[in-house]
Amino acid sequence: MRITITVNGEARSLDLDPRTTLLDALREHLKLTGSKKGCDHGQCGACTVLADGVRINACLSLAVMHDGDAVTTIEGLGSPGKLHPMQQAFLTHDAFQCGYCTPGQICSAVAMLAEFEAGAPSPETPRGAAPAFSDAEIRERMSGNICRCSAYPQIVAAIRDAAEGRA
Amino acid sequence: MRPFTYERAASAEAAVKAAQAPGARFIAGGTNLLDLMKLDIEAPAHLIDVGRLPMAGIEATEDGGLRIGAMATNTAVASDPGVRARFPMLSEAIVAGGSPQLRNKARVGGNLLQRTRCAYFYDPTKPCNKRQPGSGCGALEGLNRNAAIFGASPSCVATHPSDMAVALAALDARVETLAASGAARSIPVADLHRPPGDTPHLETALDDGELITAVVVPPAPAGGQAYRKVRDRASYAGGLASVAVAGGRMALGMVALKPWRATAAEAALADGADPAEAIARELAGASPLGRNDFKVPLVARLAVATLAEARVAASVGGQG
Repeated sequence: MRITITVNGEARSLDLDPRTTLLDALREHLKLTGSKKGCDHGQCGACTVLADGVRINACLSLAVMHDGDAVTTIEGLGSPGKLHPMQQAFLTHDAFQCGYCTPGQICSAVAMLAEFEAGAPSPETPRGAAPAFSDAEIRERMSGNICRCSAYPQIVAAIRDAAEGRA
Repeated sequence: MRPFTYERAASAEAAVKAAQAPGARFIAGGTNLLDLMKLDIEAPAHLIDVGRLPMAGIEATEDGGLRIGAMATNTAVASDPGVRARFPMLSEAIVAGGSPQLRNKARVGGNLLQRTRCAYFYDPTKPCNKRQPGSGCGALEGLNRNAAIFGASPSCVATHPSDMAVALAALDARVETLAASGAARSIPVADLHRPPGDTPHLETALDDGELITAVVVPPAPAGGQAYRKVRDRASYAGGLASVAVAGGRMALGMVALKPWRATAAEAALADGADPAEAIARELAGASPLGRNDFKVPLVARLAVATLAEARVAASVGGQG
């Protein structure tokens, strides 16, 4: 099937088997290998990308389901010479060890802050109240991104600093 | 994954017509269906993408209830100001399930139709009457720690994994559907899932190709609301048991192949029984299997705590 997805601001035309996941389209067809394949079942979050600004597991979506969408990957957030504040915060706080989960963590964290700003509740949000920024809220909202090196304390610190503009 | 063809439905009417093709399945968020397709547990020949149909609205109804389009994402429902104000327990149940990434994709209709997480269903090397009718039930005498304690049969002891469905059952919600004939009908959420009986592969009251178009929630009952879930991890884990309370109504999650309305407990509460006595009345009908015996005292304590939380919420004011 022929589809067009705007990836990191550039319209990309692809001719794909319908079985191709969004993750495989990005990695294998567009050679954007920043998004990682961890579990391939939506459990680890390493494949997290933004589809029309919303974070999703790229492994649990077919590329054909995104015909016409705008997708942002870690490559689209920033570049080595011009890092996104969240990327810089992860560097500053040494918020990774092996780095495999990091692109997903960063994409997830960027979208998480947007969800927070929009008032989306989490299990940490008191009933009837707007969410209040806290480490507990960050941890809960990042629970879909697993770090097997267990850099969680640094990840929370990096997200907090990026959110507060201190990165 | 097995090969399949794909189309994007132009309308609900076109979708249900297309669904008459052999092996056709609807897909919207796809978080459960694609997971199962990768494992060869689901192998549709044709996918009809209904995810872009204009059925994602969340509106107050004239009587003070709620009409939720079937394509609304879980995140949209949980975040909706009207839902949070009048049906806080529904919002809280939704955010108790999955991860934010999954809730951003998963839709209300698909959430209700998600399939069991029973380990034997997920393992093609093991018997499972739901996955392969006639092959037996591996969980009956196997690793059944998370199996049902209500409504199971010798053919199947699996549970339904949805948090949202438990809240909707306690809220007396109904699903609206569209059939290929063009006929629309309305089914109580509590009657949507079939008891397993001898045919656990037949899971719902829906006909082949029948599409859920909306969920309709009646006005919230008087009294408080609360949802509590117990699981092995602090977040992002399926539940061992959950309890939803809305006024005098109660539903139990992850203890049956459907959201389990605790009608015996409700009747006891209405007769003035205290919470512990009321849930004991319900649990008198439980049939644990060994490794899941713990669910009986767990649900007893969880129900008492959830009822207490709902009563506090009621005294604080409104449903909140």
